[in-house]
Amino acid sequence: MNQTSMDLEGDREIVIARTFNGPARIVFDAWTKPELVKRWWAPRSHQVSVVACDAEVRVGGGYRYVLRLDTGSEFAFSGKYTEVTPHSRLVYTQIFEPTASGANPGDDEVIITVTFEGHDGKTHLVSRSLCPSKEVRDTIIASGMEHGMRETMEQLDELVASLR
Amino acid sequence: MLETFGALAEPNRFRIVELLRSGPRPVNDIGDRLRLNQPQVSKHLRVLKEAGLVDVQPRAQQRLYELRAQPLRQLHDWLERYRQLWDARFQEMDRLIEELKQKEKSDARKRRK
Repeated sequence: MNQTSMDLEGDREIVIARTFNGPARIVFDAWTKPELVKRWWAPRSHQVSVVACDAEVRVGGGYRYVLRLDTGSEFAFSGKYTEVTPHSRLVYTQIFEPTASGANPGDDEVIITVTFEGHDGKTHLVSRSLCPSKEVRDTIIASGMEHGMRETMEQLDELVASLR
Repeated sequence: MLETFGALAEPNRFRIVELLRSGPRPVNDIGDRLRLNQPQVSKHLRVLKEAGLVDVQPRAQQRLYELRAQPLRQLHDWLERYRQLWDARFQEMDRLIEELKQKEKSDARKRRK
């Protein structure tokens, strides 16, 4: 199976990468089309389901994914597309709505850049999430996401392995 | 968790943590090995201590700094959980992509007929 890598770069960025066994047009569709996003955004193993999923994939268009935990509580991710190059590159903002109550002006936005690089029927996908400030980054960490650290996961892996 | 992150985000502190993997050391030894002056080392050790990453043991005339593994394990487990979430999502995407590839093939066959 293809490996998922996660690296923390600089102070504000997280980079997730993975290769898929399919052409870029299919991976791009899977990443963007609401009826397809529904199928993978809430993995079966994570006690969460997608209850609403809308996206208008064009520059200036918006998207919103609403998720529900098995415990009943809901949360959402929403944002706007600022760059759409079909099958190759996307840039969009993302706001986390902890109670799925809608985004508000002044909410902190993460900027996500996703690239799709096709080769020999496979696609290498790289997703970069850039936080606007340390405060936002800290909030994101607190809500179970990530944070900038200069060292990569691998180094930390090594460090932790040596402690066990 | 935030404190652990903040403490490790500074490159020299990460180097101190790496050095302490090999065992407890006094301040001057840490400074010599990493080419840092003692006030710098003391400052970094204070941050690491506040984050719970190191402990101090008095031994004879010296104070030895020792690494505490627990916060590092917690941080690692926490990051790993986030990576696993994405890994699980991507495995679902794998299934979906297989399905879409099959569909493209069968649509192409239909068109040829």
